[in-house]
Amino acid sequence: MRYEADERGYFGETWGGRFMPEALVKALDELTVAWQDAMADADFVAEFERVLRDYAGTPSRLYHAERLSAQVGARVLLKREDLNHTGAHKIRNVMGQALLTKRMGKTRVIAETGAGQHGVASATAAAWFDLDCTVYMGAVDTRRQALNVARMQLLGAKVVPVESGSATLKDAINEALRDWVASVDHTAYLFGTAAGPHPFPSMVRDFCRGIGDEAREQCLEQYGVLPDAVAACVGGGSNAIGLFTAFLEDEGVEIHGFEPGGDGVETGRHAATIHAGEAGVLHGARTYVLQDEDGQTVESHSISAGLDYPGVGPQHSWLAASGRAHYTPITDTQAMDAMALLSRTEGIIPAIESAHAVAGALDVARRLGEEKGPDATVIINLSGRGDKDMGTAIEWFGLGDAEGEAEPVVATAPGEEA
Amino acid sequence: MASTTTAFEKARAEDRAALIGYLPAGFPSVDGSIAALRTMVEAGCDAIEIGLPYSDPVMDGPTIQAAAQQALDAGTRTRDVIDVVQAVAETGVPTLVMTYWNPVERYGVERWATDLAGAGGAGLITPDITPDHGGEWVEAADAHDLDKVFLVAPSSTDERIAMTAAASRGFVYAAAVMGVTGARDATSDLAGPLVQRVRATGDIPVAVGIGVSNGDQAAEVAGYADGVIVGSAFVRALLDHPGDEAAGLAALRALTEDLAGGVRRG
Repeated sequence: MRYEADERGYFGETWGGRFMPEALVKALDELTVAWQDAMADADFVAEFERVLRDYAGTPSRLYHAERLSAQVGARVLLKREDLNHTGAHKIRNVMGQALLTKRMGKTRVIAETGAGQHGVASATAAAWFDLDCTVYMGAVDTRRQALNVARMQLLGAKVVPVESGSATLKDAINEALRDWVASVDHTAYLFGTAAGPHPFPSMVRDFCRGIGDEAREQCLEQYGVLPDAVAACVGGGSNAIGLFTAFLEDEGVEIHGFEPGGDGVETGRHAATIHAGEAGVLHGARTYVLQDEDGQTVESHSISAGLDYPGVGPQHSWLAASGRAHYTPITDTQAMDAMALLSRTEGIIPAIESAHAVAGALDVARRLGEEKGPDATVIINLSGRGDKDMGTAIEWFGLGDAEGEAEPVVATAPGEEA
Repeated sequence: MASTTTAFEKARAEDRAALIGYLPAGFPSVDGSIAALRTMVEAGCDAIEIGLPYSDPVMDGPTIQAAAQQALDAGTRTRDVIDVVQAVAETGVPTLVMTYWNPVERYGVERWATDLAGAGGAGLITPDITPDHGGEWVEAADAHDLDKVFLVAPSSTDERIAMTAAASRGFVYAAAVMGVTGARDATSDLAGPLVQRVRATGDIPVAVGIGVSNGDQAAEVAGYADGVIVGSAFVRALLDHPGDEAAGLAALRALTEDLAGGVRRG
């Protein structure tokens, strides 16, 4: 099966493409050529790898979570993207795009952000590469991620709150696209996820694919086998496609994406785009979209601002439609339980995004452990660290009162009795 | 319904540019939009562009987005847009729909083309569909003799302008500035050269949109283009008179007459 996009940006002839204003076509064509030339240029690739190694801190570790493994009866490996500079996988993508921006001779970058991770990463890259930076962020998200707003400002970026629509990530993307239409001659759009018009889904994947390439090599080196399954959270899907790509041709490796199920898919308050969406066009690509019967985008919900997006990268839509990958919703409660579980068993506080992957993957690990024994191996992409989410965690768990104790939280794997 | 070409032929016969007016369907209400658009026809618009309100309008500036959101909040549906088309097309003026693609895809491309043609609609303006990614629409439009109005921009290459002009029917929409919709103080110096580049590819009419808000600007654009498209200024005329339909319609009428005078001076 062909997992790559064709030359027009379509995965599986249906998903992706370029549904964009003519005003941006020249810029997208130029970007496509520049990205393809760069990736074929050994000097560019070497420089990208050097920047990631020396500055971002890759390869990230592949860590055997032994206590978690003991709980589920299988080997659970965590790909520690949370240890990268700026605390998430996002740094890979932005350093790649910023390096490309310099190569193209542009002087300004814009970005959109939900949780703030991509915004912080973009502001960081802009500082490092000496580029002007403007970050668009839904006004709702600026309030729930105030710390990251401050980080971006400290790094020298201008943060623009977007009040239109639902004032979340999708509206920040709309506003960034509008900026880009008017500034495209000197500005690059550092797209934050593997979605949007061609070439962004493929380009962002390529800049993130080191996650999976490293994990595959590390797993073989450390354990002598390929994993039985790999797992990641999926909002737009950049960390997931970065992990999955290395394993697409390994037919024995199960691929699992875990979507934000919010209050539960049945409640309608969720962002489980593949599980509950319909094929449509959003932000320049045909993909699964949460939409009503008139094709209007439906407001999504997730406790994780970074996953709160009513679309998804088109390659994920193709992987789901083709059956190569499986996508399952994880509720807010399941994710927060997994956040607490990982914190208390391994001493690692994950981003709430990543906690979705942990929650879902532990069920996969338990099943595989029963089928194959304790050597069954599951790699979970720990895409980001949880510092930014402490406000949410304080509220959810009732933390922060030194005199009292926090409400007890689930200390065993989801699905088991506490 | 005849193609929008008829509006340009009429204007050419009078040695002037055509005036094309835009409002979103359902703004300020479904009936209110019909009344407003009919007023614009009576006061001098040669063709009408009806916006299909959409939740994620990438090319629209704050004025049009606010109007579209108001229409959505009031419950405007895709089916209502067809009804508005029918009511306006009954005036005999070519009536197009400007729409982002997802609502059409969701409605069903063939069903949409059938219903639009049945309502007397002239065709579609598609801001986020270029001919090279619009095969399904091109096929449906051809089957139903509907206009296919694609956009060109100052950034378009000559090859893309030729491809777009060849794929268009009715007219080519020249986006005059690199930016979103919205009234501007000065017209763009990018528009004239862009129109010339389209003209060099054949004889399809070229209309200029984005930025025109008064008769003097319309006259300037009419000096080099076959048509002048006005949107945000009409929306603004209604937004400035909330809850007072009579005052809003009077403002629309006055603006249309000013713009219609402009295209006759150009």
